[in-house]
Amino acid sequence: MRVPPGVTPNDFSDAIKQWEEAVGKDWVFTSDEDVDLYRDSYSPFWHEDLEPIPSAAVAPDTVEQVQAVVKIANEHKIPLWTISTGKNLGYGGSAPLLGGSVVLDLKRMDRVLEVNDKNHYALVEPGVSYFDLYRYIQDRGLKVWIDVPDPGWGSLIGNALDRGGGYTPLRDHFDAHCGMEVVLANGEIIRTGMGALPGSKTWQQYRYGFGPYVDGIFSQSNFGVVTKMGFWLLPEPEAFKSGNVLVQRHDDLVPLIETLNYLMNSNIVQGTTTIGSPLLMSRAAAQTAGGSGGSALVMSPGGPTIEQLEQVGRDQNLAYWNCELNFYGPPKVVEAEWEFAKEKYSVIPDVKFVDGPTYALPYDPKDVDKLPKRQFGIPSLTIFGLMGRSEGHMWFSPIIPMTGEAVFEAQKVFGQAYHDMGVPAISQLFVFPSSFFPRSFVILCGFPIYHDVEKNRRSREVFKGLVKAAAEHGWGEYRTHTAFMDTVSDVYSYNDHALRHFHETIKDAVDPNGILSPGRCGVWPKHVRKARA
Amino acid sequence: MKSAKTALLIAMSLSCAAPTFASPDDAQIERGHQVYDKWCFPCHGTGSGKPGTDSLRQRGQNPAVLEERTDLTAPMIKTFVRHGVLFMPMFRKTEIGDADLDAIAAYLTRNNKK
Repeated sequence: MRVPPGVTPNDFSDAIKQWEEAVGKDWVFTSDEDVDLYRDSYSPFWHEDLEPIPSAAVAPDTVEQVQAVVKIANEHKIPLWTISTGKNLGYGGSAPLLGGSVVLDLKRMDRVLEVNDKNHYALVEPGVSYFDLYRYIQDRGLKVWIDVPDPGWGSLIGNALDRGGGYTPLRDHFDAHCGMEVVLANGEIIRTGMGALPGSKTWQQYRYGFGPYVDGIFSQSNFGVVTKMGFWLLPEPEAFKSGNVLVQRHDDLVPLIETLNYLMNSNIVQGTTTIGSPLLMSRAAAQTAGGSGGSALVMSPGGPTIEQLEQVGRDQNLAYWNCELNFYGPPKVVEAEWEFAKEKYSVIPDVKFVDGPTYALPYDPKDVDKLPKRQFGIPSLTIFGLMGRSEGHMWFSPIIPMTGEAVFEAQKVFGQAYHDMGVPAISQLFVFPSSFFPRSFVILCGFPIYHDVEKNRRSREVFKGLVKAAAEHGWGEYRTHTAFMDTVSDVYSYNDHALRHFHETIKDAVDPNGILSPGRCGVWPKHVRKARA
Repeated sequence: MKSAKTALLIAMSLSCAAPTFASPDDAQIERGHQVYDKWCFPCHGTGSGKPGTDSLRQRGQNPAVLEERTDLTAPMIKTFVRHGVLFMPMFRKTEIGDADLDAIAAYLTRNNKK
C-alpha cells in the first residue's frame, strides 16, 4: 500500500478505516489497480519517477461525508487533493501535485439541485458535468442556455474554480458564478454571499451578501472544498447571427481589434471572438502537407517579410486577418447589430464582410450536429479531434492585451523563443488570440504528450522557456498544468512575491495542517515550504 | 518508444476472435446502452465531431462506430476503459463502475457471432 508523505502506515490504515465508515468501503480506493485510475492520463511525466501518483482515493456522496472525510484527514494530517469530475485534461486531470496525496473525488456528488428559467440560474454539485446539466435542461424543456468549455465532460464547479472560459456571453465561468458552499479544512461548512443568511431567497441572484466578498479566494486555490455553486445562465435567445470581417493588410489588425474592443465592451458583439488569418493558415497548412496549420501565428526569425506575405495574400486573394462576430438576441436586433458592426469597420480600406447564417431559436434538437455547438452552449468532445496521434496534451496559455500591437509582439516573441530553444514552430499547435475572457486575449499553445521520456522532458523545458519569455514581456498565464504551477507562480513576483506571501498567510490561517491540495497554484503549506527552503 | 497504449490501439483495430464470456441478459444490455450513451457516445458515436470515431476511421477501422462492430470483446473493452489509449483517458470507478462497465461490454458485444 502506498502511504502519503509524512504519515506512518499505522496512521494511514487508521484513517482509511475511518473513511470507510464515513463513506462506505466501496468508495475508498487503496489497491494499486484502482488508485492508478487517478493518474493523469496526459501526464508529462509518464515513465518517470517524477510522476506524482496518489496513495488512495476517497469518494463521498454528500456534503456531510465530505466534512467527515476532511475532519479525518485533518486529524491525521493527511494531504488531500480535491477533484470534481477529474477531467481537467491538459491541466493535470485527476492526479495530485504532491505525490502520495489522497484524492478527494467528488464525482459521485452529481446532483443538479435547481435550475430556474425565470431568473436564469442553476445550483449544482461538483460532480455535475456540462453534459449532465445540458441533458437536465433539455429533458425538462427549460428556456436557458449553459456556457461550455471545449470538452463537455468537465465539471461546472471545477472549471469555474480553475477560471476556465467558454464561448457565449456568459463565457467567463468564474465570473458567472453566484454563491458557494465550502467545507473548510477543519470540517466546518460555510456559504458565501447571500447563502450566509439562513433561509436566503437570493443565494443565486445577488453575489455579494454582506461584508468581505471571499469567493475569489476559493478559485485556483486550496483554502476549502467547494461542495455547491450557483451559476447564472443565459435566457434562451430568439436568434443567433454571425458575420465575418476580413481585412487585407498586416497593419489592418490594429483597427480590426480596436473596433472589436468597442463592439465587445459595448455588448454589441457577444461571446468569444477569435482572430484568424486566412493567409497565414493557408501558408502553414501548405508547409505541413495539408496539416492543421496550427503553428501559423508565430513569426519565426528568417521567415518571409510582411511585405512578401501581403503580396502572397494579393496573389491568392487571401485576407491577412479576419474575425467572426457573434450576436445573440431578438432577430431584428442581431441584424441591426451586424449592420452597425459593418458600418464601424467600413473605415478600414478594402475591408470585406461575409454574412454568416442567422438561426431562429429555439433550435430543433435533431439539428444539433448542424449547429455551431460551442456558440450555442452545446457540450461536446469535438476538440479532441485536434489531438492527432499524440497521447495527450498540455496547454501553455498566456493572457496578452487585446490590441493589434500586442498580437504582433507575441508573434515575434514566441517565434524567437522557439527558435532560441531549437524547436521548429511548425511542430506546435497554436490557437489564435481569443477573447475567452472580457477585455483581453488568451493565446493557447498545445504541447503534445507522448509515452516518451525524452520528448516529454524536452516539452517541459520548452514550456518553462515560454513562461519565462512571456513574463519578460509582461504576459502571464491564466491557468496552468500542475507540473508548472510553481513555475508560473514564480513569475507573479511583484514586490518580492508579496501576493504569494499573502496567499500563504491565508493558507496557514484556514488550513494550519496544510491538508488541502498542497501546492495548488504555487500555494504550499508551511511545513512543506520549510522543507523546500 | 512504442507505447502500451499504441499496442492496445492496434489490437483494437484488428479483427478479434468471438467473445467467450457468459451471455448477458436484455436488462444488462439495455443498461449498457444507457451507460454507453452517457459516457461513450460523445466520442465514439455517429454524427459530426466524434473524435474517437474519426480517429478509428482514420486508422482504417470499418465500421468505426463502436456500436456497429461485431469483433469487440469484453476484456478488450474493459482494458480500454480502464487504461485509455492515445488521447482517450482512463475512466475511474466513480465514473464508470465495474457493473456499468460489464453492461457496456454486454451492449457492445450484443451482435457478435455466438
